[in-house]
Amino acid sequence: MKARNKRLLLVGGGVALLVAAVALVLTAFQQNLVFFHTPSEVYEGKAPTGRAFRIGGMVEEGSIRREADGLTVSFAITDTAKVIPVTYRGTLPDLFQEGKGAVVQGMLDAGGHFRATEVLAKHDENYMPVEAQYAIDQAHKAAQTVQQ
Amino acid sequence: MIAELGHFALILALVLACVQAVVPLVGAQQNRYALMAVGRPAAQAQLFFLLFAYGCLTWAFVTSDFTVRLAAVNSHTATPLIYKITGVWGNHEGSLLLWAASLSLWTVAVTIFSRDLPEAFMARVLGVLGAISAGFVSFTLFTSNPFTRLLPAAAEGRDLNPLLQDPGMIIHPPLLYMGYVGFSVAFAFAIAALLSGRLDAAWARWSRPWTTAAWVFLTAGIAVGSGWAYYELGWGGWWFWDPVENASFMPWLLGTALIHSLAVTEKRGAFRNWTVLLAISAFSMSLLGTFLVRSGVITSVHAFATDPARGLYILVLLVLVIGISLTLFAWRAPRLTGGGSFALMSRESTLLGNNVLFAVVTGAVLLGTLYPLFLDALNMGKISVGPPYFEAVFVPLMVPVVVLMVIGPFVRWKNDDSARIVRRLAPGAIVSVLLGVGLAVVVGNFTWRTVLGLALAAWVLIGSVQLLRARVAERPGAAAGAGVRLRGIPAAWWGMWLAHLGVGVFIIGVTMVGSLESELDVRMKDGQTARLAGYTFTFRGVVDAPGPNYLAARATIEVARGERQIATLTPEKRLYLAQQMPMTEASLDIGPFRDVYVSLGDELEDGSWIVSLYHKPFISWIWLGCTLMGVGGICAAADRRYRRLAERRVPAAATQSA
Repeated sequence: MKARNKRLLLVGGGVALLVAAVALVLTAFQQNLVFFHTPSEVYEGKAPTGRAFRIGGMVEEGSIRREADGLTVSFAITDTAKVIPVTYRGTLPDLFQEGKGAVVQGMLDAGGHFRATEVLAKHDENYMPVEAQYAIDQAHKAAQTVQQ
Repeated sequence: MIAELGHFALILALVLACVQAVVPLVGAQQNRYALMAVGRPAAQAQLFFLLFAYGCLTWAFVTSDFTVRLAAVNSHTATPLIYKITGVWGNHEGSLLLWAASLSLWTVAVTIFSRDLPEAFMARVLGVLGAISAGFVSFTLFTSNPFTRLLPAAAEGRDLNPLLQDPGMIIHPPLLYMGYVGFSVAFAFAIAALLSGRLDAAWARWSRPWTTAAWVFLTAGIAVGSGWAYYELGWGGWWFWDPVENASFMPWLLGTALIHSLAVTEKRGAFRNWTVLLAISAFSMSLLGTFLVRSGVITSVHAFATDPARGLYILVLLVLVIGISLTLFAWRAPRLTGGGSFALMSRESTLLGNNVLFAVVTGAVLLGTLYPLFLDALNMGKISVGPPYFEAVFVPLMVPVVVLMVIGPFVRWKNDDSARIVRRLAPGAIVSVLLGVGLAVVVGNFTWRTVLGLALAAWVLIGSVQLLRARVAERPGAAAGAGVRLRGIPAAWWGMWLAHLGVGVFIIGVTMVGSLESELDVRMKDGQTARLAGYTFTFRGVVDAPGPNYLAARATIEVARGERQIATLTPEKRLYLAQQMPMTEASLDIGPFRDVYVSLGDELEDGSWIVSLYHKPFISWIWLGCTLMGVGGICAAADRRYRRLAERRVPAAATQSA
């Protein structure tokens, strides 16, 4: 093979590999995006079905209940406007408390119940998960627009 | 008074940094030695004042001087002394001061260990480092002054975030910062080379030990951070693809690419453009990491405070650094011609493959880390990109990197015979695949992931043995004993060998823990037992165990395997008093082939507790692998070659400056 052809082959092969790598990255990216929705948006039907997403807000006061097995926990996440019931099986983060912010990831079942696979709380006392804060702010904004 | 002295020292350090940024550069441009010579004393004096300022801040923490706002917010009279000292960097302002001090340490280290550099080159390096320092010290002074007073003083401090009150926190931040900041040296060398128009093998040789040293710190910092997350966050994970972890991982990936690309530039004069670009990118990633962590744009244990002014400042700094260096690059690069040509089968090709793959992986991690921030900033919705994405991307891209890593060291520079390489490596590869399949069956997890992981690891180990044998065999003086010939191998080669071996060990750890780990959440009462992975856990009740600044409930759990008692674990549920913050303190029995990990959940109404039990096979191998990589890096950076060169150059440098 001539040196010129060889180089062409090399460059072509390299570019093909690079394209394959980028394609891999982008497909994986598409498939693994997790969207965030506020409880109000979930009520408006904006949340996806059959795909995991996140909701965030406050853990409603008095809503934390343990099932008989002691491991499954149910609680409610609210953005102060709407309330979503959530169940989760597993250990909760240390700072998961009623009246405090939390973000949960999981899927909505047919009955409008959120089955969480992951619960995130904040990392220290004066820190609210940004998404939880966002959900509450959105709800407040919506409430204000309604009043006006 | 002490705080004001510290503040004043910080101002002096800023003045010195500005002097160091301007005068030597002007001197180098005009070829005036008197001006160039200002760099060293300026750098040394700057280090003195930064350390002084740092000492003053530490003093405020240690003496619980709560008239200093930072101490009042992050310390407490009852905090143990060691956490008062480490609390200095457990917050935004203090950690910036640590950043600046680390940069200054690196700068002075350059003036000491690279004495032999030509005067003009050294002046440019110091100038660039001075400019970076000026940027960070002024950032500290103007947006995040650690010495701000709190008047009237707080009666009691708010204490350090309990998550940070841990031995891991004593060394994780300084190591990580030394790593982050260390890439500024590689960056400064690259910019100095661009300024002088001298991008040659000598420049690559000068940069190599510094780049490797920074990489060692970063490797150690990341490994310690991961270990800390593993035992402190209480659920046994060791890597979460959290944006902040990614922020430290991206410079690591590019730094790894840079180390390899520098090798090609030094040995063969090739890849020069690319090497410079990598040096610039690795440092930019360090800055980006600082921006992500310090601006509060992401939620994490590392994000201390949200202040838009701070984020904006670092963003501007980042844009300036990238903008100026790329402009300089665009101006100088066309003058650079490629080095020696090379064939498809050559050491250069394998290293090129390594570089391209590392760059793609970095891009993928960057995409996953920044995309959610972009969407959010543009108000296009909130999303998150979780571990599944990173895993889906990382594994397929890293497999060829590991394959190249095994092949590369066997291949000659410039041109090699493909048939020779195949003959050489095929038997090992076949044995490895068989081993991978066999071991996966033996451990009872026959999945492609396990087979692939174990086969790769086996190949790395077999390849390492073959490589060492080949190296010993090809040494001249075959008559001498193997011991003599082993001693003749340079430290840099051992460094490469150890680091690559470390990758193999790391893969074993990751594969085994990923495929075979098991966990169980149970509710347990006094005397009850639970079984997991052949171990029996017996719950022996909970007692109160108060600490200096917290209350704790401590459970006693006996672990047995069959009849044999193995360990008594004491996980705790703590309540840190100052912040009323609950914390889980896991308890581990660490072994060479498995960890048993127990953490305590909530107490239920009937007096039973929720307990999480974990069995983590081979997890220590992850950190053993990192340790080997780090030790390898140390060997490589300490190679006599770099010092011998220094000695040889001294007379030349002396005549130059005379």
